[in-house]
Amino acid sequence: MRSPLLRILGVALLGAVIVVLLSIKLNAFRDYQIAEIAVYVIAIAGLTVLTGLSGQISLGNGAFMAIGAYTTALLLAHLGWPFVAVLVVAGIVSAATGAIVGVAAARLHGPYLAGVTLMLGVALPFLAFVYPSTLGGDQGLNVVYTQPAFLGVNFPLTRWQAWISSAVALVVLVLLANLGRSRVGRNWRAVRDDEVAAALAGINVAQARVLAFVVSAACAGLAGALLAIITALVAPGAFTITLSIALLTGAVIGGLGTLFGAIWGSLVIVLVPVYATDVATSHGLSTTVASNIPVAAYGVVLILVMLIFPQGIQGGVLWLLRLLGISAARPSHEASTPDAMPSAGETPARPHEKEGTQ
Amino acid sequence: MVEFLQFTLSGISFGMIYAAIALSLVLIWRGTRLVNFAQGAMAMFTTYIAIEVIYHTGSYWTGFVVALAAGIVLGAAAELAVIKPALGKPELNAVIITIGLLVLLEGLAGIFYGGQYRSFPAAFSVTGLHVGSTALGVSRFDVFVAAAVLVTTLLLAVGFRYTTAGLRMRAAAFNATVARLSGIRVARVITVGWALAGLLGALAGLLVSPSTFLYPNSMDTIFVFGFTAAVIGGLDSPLGAVIGGLLLGVALSYAGGYLGSQVTALVALGILVVVLMLRPAGIFSGAQVRRV
Amino acid sequence: MVSSPAGAPARGAASLAVEDLVAGYGEVRALNDVTITASGASITAVLGANGAGKTTLLRAISGMVRPRSGRILLDGANRAGLSPEDMARAGVAHVPEGQGVIPELTVEENLRLGMMAWPGMAPRRTDRSAALAEAYERFGVLADRRRKPAGTLSGGERQMLVIARALIARPRVLLLDEPSLGLAPKIMRQVMDTVVRLSKESGITVVLVEQNARAALAIADHGVVLNLGRVVAAADARTLAADVALRHHYLGF
Repeated sequence: MRSPLLRILGVALLGAVIVVLLSIKLNAFRDYQIAEIAVYVIAIAGLTVLTGLSGQISLGNGAFMAIGAYTTALLLAHLGWPFVAVLVVAGIVSAATGAIVGVAAARLHGPYLAGVTLMLGVALPFLAFVYPSTLGGDQGLNVVYTQPAFLGVNFPLTRWQAWISSAVALVVLVLLANLGRSRVGRNWRAVRDDEVAAALAGINVAQARVLAFVVSAACAGLAGALLAIITALVAPGAFTITLSIALLTGAVIGGLGTLFGAIWGSLVIVLVPVYATDVATSHGLSTTVASNIPVAAYGVVLILVMLIFPQGIQGGVLWLLRLLGISAARPSHEASTPDAMPSAGETPARPHEKEGTQ
Repeated sequence: MVEFLQFTLSGISFGMIYAAIALSLVLIWRGTRLVNFAQGAMAMFTTYIAIEVIYHTGSYWTGFVVALAAGIVLGAAAELAVIKPALGKPELNAVIITIGLLVLLEGLAGIFYGGQYRSFPAAFSVTGLHVGSTALGVSRFDVFVAAAVLVTTLLLAVGFRYTTAGLRMRAAAFNATVARLSGIRVARVITVGWALAGLLGALAGLLVSPSTFLYPNSMDTIFVFGFTAAVIGGLDSPLGAVIGGLLLGVALSYAGGYLGSQVTALVALGILVVVLMLRPAGIFSGAQVRRV
Repeated sequence: MVSSPAGAPARGAASLAVEDLVAGYGEVRALNDVTITASGASITAVLGANGAGKTTLLRAISGMVRPRSGRILLDGANRAGLSPEDMARAGVAHVPEGQGVIPELTVEENLRLGMMAWPGMAPRRTDRSAALAEAYERFGVLADRRRKPAGTLSGGERQMLVIARALIARPRVLLLDEPSLGLAPKIMRQVMDTVVRLSKESGITVVLVEQNARAALAIADHGVVLNLGRVVAAADARTLAADVALRHHYLGF
């Protein structure tokens, strides 16, 4: 029986092959979309680990993406570092911010945590206006990125961007999968399920919670860095609260707490609006109406998923596989397999008052 | 010195709007232990309804009243359709459901009303008032804002204290079990709470939209400030909501006035973080800190 | 003898019959085929060790716990499965253990909660004032503190308050869970005396859960002994009190 690590790597390799083939066969716009999807996979995976595994809701991960993006833009413009170095620094800076936020939020739960992260997501973009000379104000900063020379002159930029985004996404997914399977992941789930019991079992609850924020912010920062180079512009308008909510939407629709869910979720939030807008405009609806139909749909889907089908698309996929007898994987609290992490549907209810024993 | 007075007075005016949102959040929190993240979006939606009515009837006050009624209906409908089924489920689910409601309402507003910034009329003149030759920094409309929120708050307070319906709501909020055993239909009380919260939110939307213009996301920041005010005052405390709103409004007015309007959200973030770290239950709440 | 107190519609002599009741929490079955009857102006003591199911029985009757099977008959009509608020309106008043007073509300407001169970849309003001006046007459200590928050009352006074509130509701059946818990013996006797008096005066069927079996049997007409969710004995109180073996085995005295 192959070890789970080998299985994870195998799946990742398969994913890499698929991406390379698609990027060669499809046109430049599709390559751009592949890159965009990869970016969201990274960000949503970080969020799904934070919310689904450690039980901490964040409505402000768009702010971490902004930090990664702006760090990238500034480093490329002023220091001209190679992109890999820039990526690492962007991840570190976001992670550090995540640590700060995590510490501030360590004792907050539920709506209080959601509210603070919401405020973070709303307020942080304003920094660009407070320091308009460095951060570019409303117009933002242009991102200076040149593809490596070894590719040759004829290699399409979009294909390269698709490759590196996907490469980073796959690496992140593999790392998160291992993290989820490790003691860290088990601690997160324990803290999510019952903080008091986890503390009694010797887990440092605050540390676990802060670590989750650090990981989540680092992922968002990496995503932001990649977004900066594929869109070639960072501006506050791209990092509003709408972005943070889109990340949460993707995570929930895809299947909260699962890494495959991050993939489904980002496919949905990148592809559905484009498709829906095309369909709507071809039926004669204005672009405003057309672009808002997916938004309204997301709202409905979020509500329905939470009420009826909390495990999202990945839950549906697993159910289908079980039905066909292909997979015996069950979402469980003790799961050690990376793609069977429990979701919002399984987090326990608030401890209700204990009934008497008489 | 005059500037200080101007900032203070306009801060009070905005503060009343934050207080209205904060109060609506407290109403819902006491009834269902939830924060309604869609409260701002609901207010935006009812304000759009007002604009349509005003446009078609030519009467501001008709639109005003219809918006308030729509707020009541929308609040009750949201609770019945979407929140009731979620009670008793994990807390995370309910938070995401209210966010889903937020997203849905903003999408619908975009579909029905378009995304462009619309101007919204003010009930009274918005020219600055003067005492002698000194500009006060507030207008008749600002005074109306403060008065409207104050009157509504007082009516609610009186209603809660002196009517049987108010007693039912307070009993249900303090101890739902005892309330039910006394024969109070707690489920109905909760719906009424959401309806009243919808009314308050609608009022806030009507009062703030002349300043912020109306567009699908226009209430996002106001909601967040209202939430901050509620947290400052304590999610359990209606009085705290009003005081928190005033304090926040004035603080943000000073920050915006002396440091530039771009920093207000950042200042609010700072205030929120400091309050939650020092007194997580809020300044005026007597309730237990929510640790676990 | 049923008195018709001023203000509220009179109710007839009640009969409560619990038949083959099965109820529990999650996996646990706290009550197994429990059958109990009580009627008219009487006091039925429910006794047994901790964990015997006494509190669960009261909760099942009042609707706080939904029974898995069995019937709960009020005057012959099966009410099993009703919500607590509907049970309250059907004439069942339940005073849970340790919980009864809402400390943030005033004494008078707590009393007014009792009126929420009255049938009809809006009781007349005269009815309401009359009911309050009667409560204040019976329980003088409450009259003195009517505008104070109920949290300022002592333990015994709070117990008087919850009983007064339950009575305002004009219940046919009054379920009392450990009314004397935490009270000094003298206060406890006062509470017990009040319960007896009110049952006789108002014709209410009282079901009383008490840890202090001796005191309970002293005032009760009938007794039911539960053990591990089953009825092990049901007889009139005098018989049970005289059964030394039973007392030793299940009741601790």
